[in-house]
Amino acid sequence: MMSSAVISGFVLGALAPWLTRAVGARVHWLLAVLPAALFAYFAQFLPVIAAGESVRVASEWVPGLDVALSFYLDGLSLIFALLITGIGTFIVLYTGGYLHGHQQLGRFFLYLLSFMGSMLGLVLADNVITLFVFWELTSITSFLLIGFNHTAPRSRRAALQALVVTGGGGLALLAGLLIMASVAGTSELSEILSNPEVLTSSALYVPMTILVLLGAFSKSAQFPLHFWLPNAMEAPTPVSAYLHSSTMVKAGVYLLARMSPGLGGTELWFYALVIFGAATMLVGGFLAMRQSDLKLVLAYTTVAALGTLTMLIGLGGEYAFKAMALFLITHAFYKGGLFMVAGSIDHGTGTRDALSLGGLARPMPATFAVAVLLGLSMAGIVPFVGFIAKEVMYEATLHIGATALILVTAAAVLGNAFNVVAAGIVGLRPFLSAHKPTPHHPHEAPPSMLIGPIVLAALGVICGVGFPLTSEFVAAPVMASLNGLPVAEQAAGLYLWHGIKPPLILSIVTLALGALGFAFWPQMRAGIAAILKAIGWGPDRGYDQAVSGLERLAYAATRVQQTGYLRHYLMATFVVVAAFMLATLFAVGGLPTQFRVPTVYLTEVIALALLIGGAVVATIVYSRVAAVAAIGVVGYAVALLFLVFSAPDLAFTQFMVETLTVVILVLVLMRVPLEVSAFRARAGRLRDAAIAIAVGASISLVLLTTVQGPLDLRLSEYFIENSVPLAHGHNIVNVILVDFRALDTLGEIFVVTIAGLSCFGLVRLALSRRKAARAQLQPAHRTAAAESPGGDA
Amino acid sequence: MIAWLLFWPVLIPILTAALCLIFWTRPDVQRTLSLLGTAVLAAGILALFREVWTGGIVSVQAGDWPAPFGITFVADTLSVTMAALTALIGLGVAVYALGDIGHVRESNGFHPLFQALLAGVGGAFMTGDIFNMYVWFEVMVIASFGLITLGGEREQIDGGVKYVLLNLIATTLLLMAIGLLYGATGTLNLADLAQVVPGHPDQGLLTAIAALFLLAFAMKAAVFPLYFWLPASYHTPAAAISAVFAALLTKVGVYALIRVFSLVFTPTHEFTYAVLLVAGIATMLVGVLGAIAQDDVRRVLSFNLVSGIGFILIGVGLGTALGLAGALYYTVHHIIVMSALFMVAGVAQRLAGAPGLNDLGGLYLKHPWIALLFFFVAMSLAGVPPLSGFWPKVILVKAALATDAYIVAAAALVTGLLTLYSMAKVWALAFWKAQPDHVVAAAGPGILETGEMSRGEQRLTLLPVAVLALATLLIGLYAQPLLTLSERAADELINHQPYISTVLGGEGA
Repeated sequence: MMSSAVISGFVLGALAPWLTRAVGARVHWLLAVLPAALFAYFAQFLPVIAAGESVRVASEWVPGLDVALSFYLDGLSLIFALLITGIGTFIVLYTGGYLHGHQQLGRFFLYLLSFMGSMLGLVLADNVITLFVFWELTSITSFLLIGFNHTAPRSRRAALQALVVTGGGGLALLAGLLIMASVAGTSELSEILSNPEVLTSSALYVPMTILVLLGAFSKSAQFPLHFWLPNAMEAPTPVSAYLHSSTMVKAGVYLLARMSPGLGGTELWFYALVIFGAATMLVGGFLAMRQSDLKLVLAYTTVAALGTLTMLIGLGGEYAFKAMALFLITHAFYKGGLFMVAGSIDHGTGTRDALSLGGLARPMPATFAVAVLLGLSMAGIVPFVGFIAKEVMYEATLHIGATALILVTAAAVLGNAFNVVAAGIVGLRPFLSAHKPTPHHPHEAPPSMLIGPIVLAALGVICGVGFPLTSEFVAAPVMASLNGLPVAEQAAGLYLWHGIKPPLILSIVTLALGALGFAFWPQMRAGIAAILKAIGWGPDRGYDQAVSGLERLAYAATRVQQTGYLRHYLMATFVVVAAFMLATLFAVGGLPTQFRVPTVYLTEVIALALLIGGAVVATIVYSRVAAVAAIGVVGYAVALLFLVFSAPDLAFTQFMVETLTVVILVLVLMRVPLEVSAFRARAGRLRDAAIAIAVGASISLVLLTTVQGPLDLRLSEYFIENSVPLAHGHNIVNVILVDFRALDTLGEIFVVTIAGLSCFGLVRLALSRRKAARAQLQPAHRTAAAESPGGDA
Repeated sequence: MIAWLLFWPVLIPILTAALCLIFWTRPDVQRTLSLLGTAVLAAGILALFREVWTGGIVSVQAGDWPAPFGITFVADTLSVTMAALTALIGLGVAVYALGDIGHVRESNGFHPLFQALLAGVGGAFMTGDIFNMYVWFEVMVIASFGLITLGGEREQIDGGVKYVLLNLIATTLLLMAIGLLYGATGTLNLADLAQVVPGHPDQGLLTAIAALFLLAFAMKAAVFPLYFWLPASYHTPAAAISAVFAALLTKVGVYALIRVFSLVFTPTHEFTYAVLLVAGIATMLVGVLGAIAQDDVRRVLSFNLVSGIGFILIGVGLGTALGLAGALYYTVHHIIVMSALFMVAGVAQRLAGAPGLNDLGGLYLKHPWIALLFFFVAMSLAGVPPLSGFWPKVILVKAALATDAYIVAAAALVTGLLTLYSMAKVWALAFWKAQPDHVVAAAGPGILETGEMSRGEQRLTLLPVAVLALATLLIGLYAQPLLTLSERAADELINHQPYISTVLGGEGA
């Protein structure tokens, strides 16, 4: 059942284009049934999980690699599954309104539903490889979603950037997970994490953890890999609302939370997560203040929120884990809702620039109402669950050791204050300030686009007011996943009113700072812009530099090798052959150990002299015809050697072949211009001579070693013995050719046939081409097809 | 009957080629013959595959001359799998060619040359004799030269000359190596060599001869730094032709390397493995960098092809059963995906009327099905799960980590990322981007000789691509059968005593 739940998203996605065509504009109401049903399915596990049980289902997939299609439901995965399907339902509905009438709506649903399926698989997977499969699928499907406005270069860049950053992190993750599985001796997370000492005490703990963190940090946009997330705002708003509230970017947070009981509890884990998390939180919040595009403000606060979550996981302990659980859901609610609100504003007015929006409360009253509620949740006001999350977070930061306490607490206050400002920018400012003219006449969003934000805003209140339930069904189970202890032992108690204690004071400070920031936002914005301009460089630019560096390196490396000149290829090939052979001979072995001067006869000396002479002449003459003749002499000398060593049939064949070759070559050369084109400089000739001698020498050395041993004559003896009695032939060579090794001969005959065929086709086409060109009385497209520089034609 | 089936990969294509020559003036008959021939070829080899799968290694002696005196053909899991893939890709390309190859190429010998190529490839896979292997290499080189230059365009001849010269150097090196090996051992039969070589008194000499073999096979397989011929020529012929080249030619080199170095030159393993790892890493990285630098889509793919060869080499070079199984798994995957990519690239280039990424565009909107097919096979090449390219990546990284070869694992993963980048770039530029106006204006017949595609031609060309794309998806979703196959093939290569005793009979045991 659980695997069907995961797979259903892909199936419905594949059908979505057809359904969209068949059903038309209202298809989103139909498609939303699936995520809603899945939500209901997962919701029924709430009591079970809250009671401290977990559910695991597994079926075989690739047993040879220890990969199973296994899914595991505990507090963490259940909350994620509910967020994914619940918010997914509203996103599908919202899309129907937002992309109403878009000609690629069907494809959008295909990607969106596949993405949902991937996310579900990711958070439910128990097998590390299965987890990775879905992890990669979220990268690919989000690539398609981010690049949905595919004709815009900015969209394509953003999609590619997200793919490269998260894909790169993904590969690190794969290595980390494989190491983890081999250290633990099992691929199932539920087993790996039940025995955490195995991981932390392993010699490979540090590389394993770093690799996993690389994967998680790239996916969850931790500084300095955060840049892809704001760029991904090029996607249509439903995508942003989904990917950046509860899904894609939370996958990294999910992974960190999942690994927390296994990899956590060490200094490496603590410092890596707290430092990168806190830095991300501050950088995200700081950069959010610079933006005026509503979606970008939200995007940077998402970066900040991801930092917060990472930091909380790193801090560890009862309060931090509790805060993480609460902040996880509260952020999903308000961020999903506010993105949809921003989309509705964009949809209703034609702009989403905070500076050119104002006075929308009147034309968009419903949107305004939910925006305020969502904003209050984001700012962390009583009685929203965001308030409790903030209180617990301060409780957590106040519970850590001396020096870090002040730093981390201050960072948390500052980060939350940025959040308050951002909540004001998105939730209040467009609605309250003086009315400003917008591209469209502002109008209220349709019901399909309102239902999501309304429900999410309501949830923010409900979870806050109903805190005992939140504690029982959300906080305790998630904490159990994070620290690996039973649900019943979790100190998950929540209160709306803690009494006047340090956390409350910090909350008030936060709000005051936030209100101040909101009041002076334009000035702050200008100040931050000036600072950023002074710095002038950011990771986003760094990405561009890295990519263009890669492209330049690729181009340079290729141009050096693939020059387009055959002589370069030949030279490189022969250098490699000579170098490799000589290196092998001298470093490994194979040099001749003895050299006997054989007794030579005059005929042999003559043949050898001809052979060497011909070869030398061929290399030094300028005339091609002379070179061909010289090579002919070499061939004749070889034939002579055959004669001397009593192989007359070979010799005759060789004579014929050589004669024909020379005749044909000379005939051809008569028809082409005879001047030698390859004039080489003296240095070039010396270099080529050296290469030639090296190749010849290396082969000759091997040959000398070969002949110093005795020749095994088993085959020859067999042929001699059986030629007459079994093969009924007196000419052994002929019998070898047509009987013993007839298959070779068949192949060689075939080669000759094909060679003839190839030449025939080539000549015929060349002739007909020439005829056609002559008929047109125009020079054919010769010049256009000339060899391009820096590569083969 | 089984004995006959061993010669099937050679005999059927040769017969088909001969029949095509008889019907030289009737391209329509040739077309039918070609389809029929490849179908019969595929059917026979699949039957043989079943035999081998259930009954184990089979061998046959040509002319009934006992091994090692005659020529042996052997079907073990690896060779029969490769031969089966050859036949299936052959069938796919034969269908694709119906919509792609055009009248001019057809009436100038495309079909017989294509069949000759299949014969050469099939023979190289099946033979158990090192000299006979050389003969099939020659058949391959000449047939592929004919196919590259078929059409007689200037750049085709340019590519063809580079191709044939460099490949002839490779076969010459191979011939010299064979001669030296014969001089040292007095035998040519691979199984016999496997018995003689380990006990040979002069292991240094055999290492040197092995080095020569390594060079020859590496050049055939397009291993850095001996790969120049491939990107210089693969983008010039008709798409059908480059698809079959991409699927099979380099794989023959890889196959020969794996075969000879697992069966014959086992005492030189340490040295060979070290060389293969270094060459493999270099080939992977250089290949994918080349892919990133190119504009012409088929050249992008050519460099990716080179990169994939490096991936196979590291699997072999790790020297473990898991690594070898990963390499074989990857080989099967690579054959499927590479042929599909070259096919779909050919269709895309023809439909858009331009070969390069800068001039291509708009295919995502205009031809959603082509976009879908390309996306699947491209992502599979990049190793995205759950497509077929993902599993060998997992296997190889796992194998590398198991032998503490961290650099190898890192190089494989970086190559994976760069491959993903290069494929995503093609997707973004050729499919997502709108086609530049000046190209739309200039498009039409003439840029590529074959001109515009009719709807029927599109269907014929996309059918094999769709089948291959489906194959990469299914292999990915149901990875265990191919994994079992790869592991069995790897095991047969490592524990090769059954191979030897099958070929040599009782005396080999």
